[in-house]
Amino acid sequence: MYVAVKGGEAAIDNAHRLLADRRRGDRSVPALTLDQIMEQFALGVDRVMSEGSLYDRRLAALAVKQARGDLIEAIFLVRAYRTTLPRFGYAEPVETGRMLVERRISACYKDLPGGQLLGPTFDYTHRLLDEELDGDPEVEGGRTREGAAEPVASVADILDGEGLIETDGDLLPAEPGDITQTPMEFPLSRAMRLQSLSRGDEGFLLALGYSTQRGYARSHPFAGEIRIGEVEVEVFVPELGFAVPLGRVQVTECQMVNQFKGSAKAPPQFTRGYGLVFGQSERKAMAMALCDRALRAEELGEDVVAPPQDQEFVISHCDNVQATGFVEHLKLPHYVDFQAELGLVRQMRAEYAARQADSRSGDVVADEVQEAAE
Amino acid sequence: MTAAETIVARKDRMAVLARSTNAGLQELWSRLGVGPAYRLLRGPEFGLVMLRGRIGGTGDAFNIGEATVTRASVKLEDGSVGHAMMLGREPAKAELSAVIDAVCRDSGMAARIDRDLVEPIRLELRAADDTRRGQTAATRVDFFTMVRGEN
Repeated sequence: MYVAVKGGEAAIDNAHRLLADRRRGDRSVPALTLDQIMEQFALGVDRVMSEGSLYDRRLAALAVKQARGDLIEAIFLVRAYRTTLPRFGYAEPVETGRMLVERRISACYKDLPGGQLLGPTFDYTHRLLDEELDGDPEVEGGRTREGAAEPVASVADILDGEGLIETDGDLLPAEPGDITQTPMEFPLSRAMRLQSLSRGDEGFLLALGYSTQRGYARSHPFAGEIRIGEVEVEVFVPELGFAVPLGRVQVTECQMVNQFKGSAKAPPQFTRGYGLVFGQSERKAMAMALCDRALRAEELGEDVVAPPQDQEFVISHCDNVQATGFVEHLKLPHYVDFQAELGLVRQMRAEYAARQADSRSGDVVADEVQEAAE
Repeated sequence: MTAAETIVARKDRMAVLARSTNAGLQELWSRLGVGPAYRLLRGPEFGLVMLRGRIGGTGDAFNIGEATVTRASVKLEDGSVGHAMMLGREPAKAELSAVIDAVCRDSGMAARIDRDLVEPIRLELRAADDTRRGQTAATRVDFFTMVRGEN
């Protein structure tokens, strides 16, 4: 039975007012501008875009500001906002092979065409705090190097030349499923799993990817290629009869290459896991690729023995908005449920005490027989 | 111009306008001194487009996530219709881009707009891309092999 109770409006109003006050903090400290957040917390903003599943830097920055830097709360705000807008259509798939590359590395080939381009990376930094950043030191611009840029070849294409790696296969004319439009039903297609992973929680996917390296669903991964950069977006507009260029988005792509000893379904070869996420989110793209590969176990005829290979486990729990919703709903009043549980526990304790008293009086056997029957 | 050439030129122009800044675009437009009367057929309005990638980079399509877009359609007094759709939430930029698209239905005006408005923006965008390429190129690893001790 649900009992309607009123009350708390004034407390809630005051709590929200207090939240606004604490969010702003010390008024003698200048307020953050969205431009500052976009420019200087760029990777946090990218995470909000990727897991909020909405490419819009300014909105993501606004969400970070409003959420006091709580990124999952910011992601929640972005997801809520997207439900207020109409869907105009589906873009043509982006061509990552034609990316304006800002970073591209391969751990498989040292001298691949296009070279190892480190870009703006934390790799090779010493992870020592820079006390100068306590102030606003002058920062030099990036150095430039002249010379015709060599086309950046894909690692998959190189291995494909020898037939040592699985190809992407023939293209299906069918539309990929869209998890924002249809309820999830397992098993999901790889396309729908990738959509889900691309907006999945970085921490959760990182932990699962890590577990595959430690031996759960062991898959011998190599970072075949990671690239970060901008790709063109086009959408077909029926009124015009052609695909309209909408501008560019920044994405991170990861091609994980995995040793594969072969199975009844496939010959020995390298298989691939794929990661593609909004913004500069290398760790996330790598974790996504590891999870994508692990989730292909059944398709490749591998035994499903570990959590990262279990679609229902991975996909149902990778969305941090759903996860936080269900965990945090425990804060909501459960007064009536709890009263019911309280009554039940009292009753069980009374029964337990009665049984203990009975057993002391030597009636153990009959009691156990009755319990087994229950 | 053939129909195909017209589409290529139109797409090309749209690609530049989509990546322009609103302030820069408004400035170049006002310098052009063209101010046709028009009415809005649609928008400017915000919406979403679902972006797609390909599995493995070249395989089947899958949905990555959405992006905000702004679109607008206008009709000039002479009946020319123009459309615009672009990433982000910038109604003024989308509306002006639709007007430019409509004005460019006239090939004479299109040539003038391409020369005085589209080309300067394109050069700016290209310079920014070149800088980025140059900065990335400076982070390219030049491997060298250490001389080995044995022959």
